[in-house]
Amino acid sequence: MKRTVEDRFGFVRLRGELSGVKRAASGHLYCSLKDEGAVIDGVMWRGGAQRLGFVPEDGIEVVATGKLTTYPGRSKYQIVIEAMEVAGEGALLALLEKTRRRLEAEGLFAAERKRRLPFLPRTIGVITSPTGAVIRDILHRLADRFPSQVLVWPVLVQGQGAAEQVANAVVGFGALPENGPIPRPDLLIVARGGGSIEDLWSFNEEIVVRAIAASPIPVISAVGHETDTTLADYAADRRAPTPTAAAEMAVPVLRDLATTLDEFGLRQRKCALRPVQLGRERLEARLARMPRPEALATQPAQRLDDLGERLRRGLADRAAQAKDRLQGDSARLSAPLLMSRIDRSRDRLGAVRLQPALLTRPLADGRQRLASIFRLAEHLHPERPLQRGYVMVMDAQGVAVTDAAHARKEASLSLKFRDGMVDVVPASTPRPSRTKPVSSSSEQPKLL
Amino acid sequence: MEEQGPEIGAMSFEEALRALEDVVRRLETGDVPLEESISLYERGEQLRRHCQARLDAAQARIEKIVAGPDGKATGTVPFDAG
Repeated sequence: MKRTVEDRFGFVRLRGELSGVKRAASGHLYCSLKDEGAVIDGVMWRGGAQRLGFVPEDGIEVVATGKLTTYPGRSKYQIVIEAMEVAGEGALLALLEKTRRRLEAEGLFAAERKRRLPFLPRTIGVITSPTGAVIRDILHRLADRFPSQVLVWPVLVQGQGAAEQVANAVVGFGALPENGPIPRPDLLIVARGGGSIEDLWSFNEEIVVRAIAASPIPVISAVGHETDTTLADYAADRRAPTPTAAAEMAVPVLRDLATTLDEFGLRQRKCALRPVQLGRERLEARLARMPRPEALATQPAQRLDDLGERLRRGLADRAAQAKDRLQGDSARLSAPLLMSRIDRSRDRLGAVRLQPALLTRPLADGRQRLASIFRLAEHLHPERPLQRGYVMVMDAQGVAVTDAAHARKEASLSLKFRDGMVDVVPASTPRPSRTKPVSSSSEQPKLL
Repeated sequence: MEEQGPEIGAMSFEEALRALEDVVRRLETGDVPLEESISLYERGEQLRRHCQARLDAAQARIEKIVAGPDGKATGTVPFDAG
């Protein structure tokens, strides 16, 4: 009966929801598959369970392939699952999202884990299928940009075992000793061409994601097309949209570098030559400013000529000037000039006449004025009134007596007449009196 | 001075290129004394030769890992992209 069952159902394919998933210590996986109306127990031996592309959990809808067997001791039959896949894209995406969240929570995708790629990798490790367009694209683009040493680690990129191979390659490259016989890459590219979500599934598997995240060598992932993002992409240090783009990220363009290098060399040489050039230019500028030797001599020579000329001309000029002055002087020394001067002087002398009238007129004038003064004096003479019958009374001393009081005091008085003196005695005091002749000049002021 | 910088031979291409750029910039500013500029120039030349050597050595050498039964790399063979 057991044989009949096993022969009859040697290969079955069942679709159902996982439940009661239990992983035994032995590594075997026990579960049930159920749909709306039926349930069947299942077992997956260790080898198969390890190769599972996902973590089996309750509630995941799967397609399991295997064979039926009976378990006579319990009167049960069950399916021995050889392979199991998640059924349906929606279910796969849900599973993917769940795994992504879990790994993200672990920090596997954290931005701070991302490393800088080497600027110029010495060896590039490429993990991909050895056949197909992907490796060719990568190698071509690398050759175009910067021919590099490339180590290809051939792997399956799809189907059972692919995830393990990829993970193993990532770990294997990292495990290469630094100076071993196989050059250790300093950059890894994990690549796969485009495909359905099932095709790319290996790169969503945890073993691959963990291997990439833990890789000691920086990793570029280039899985699928731009729109496909696998968990491997999240874990990698850089994600390239295509394998070709991965090659472009990996290496710079050799020609550009050579150009840059040449340019640096050129600039450096220019810098090194510049001081020399500058020095030469400055030297030349100074040399240009220095006078030429012949020019050095010409200027003094010219000056000498000039001075010689001026000397000669100066002497001639001086002589001419002296001559001019001499002629001027001799002209002024001419006889007619002297004669005219004498004539002029004579004229002036002639003009001055010493006339007697000059002297006689003032004399006559003086005389007249004197005479008139005398005439006046005659009129004013004190004795003049005597002519007209006046007398002049004088005391004994001859002093004119002009008032009666005085006269009364005198003992005698003298009366002077036009023609002589007569002494008289005042009647009150008969006293001898005497008159004395008095100079007319002394009496003049009293009369006046 | 720059002479105390890292050994040129141990430099990566990028480091050497950056160092060379630095040397050229310093030379170009023109405020380096003449004597120093000479040794700076020499260093620049060494850096340039080092970089040039890396570029000259660039050649495609494509090999394939041969893995042992334990999945570890045991050697390489020339790779022929199929």
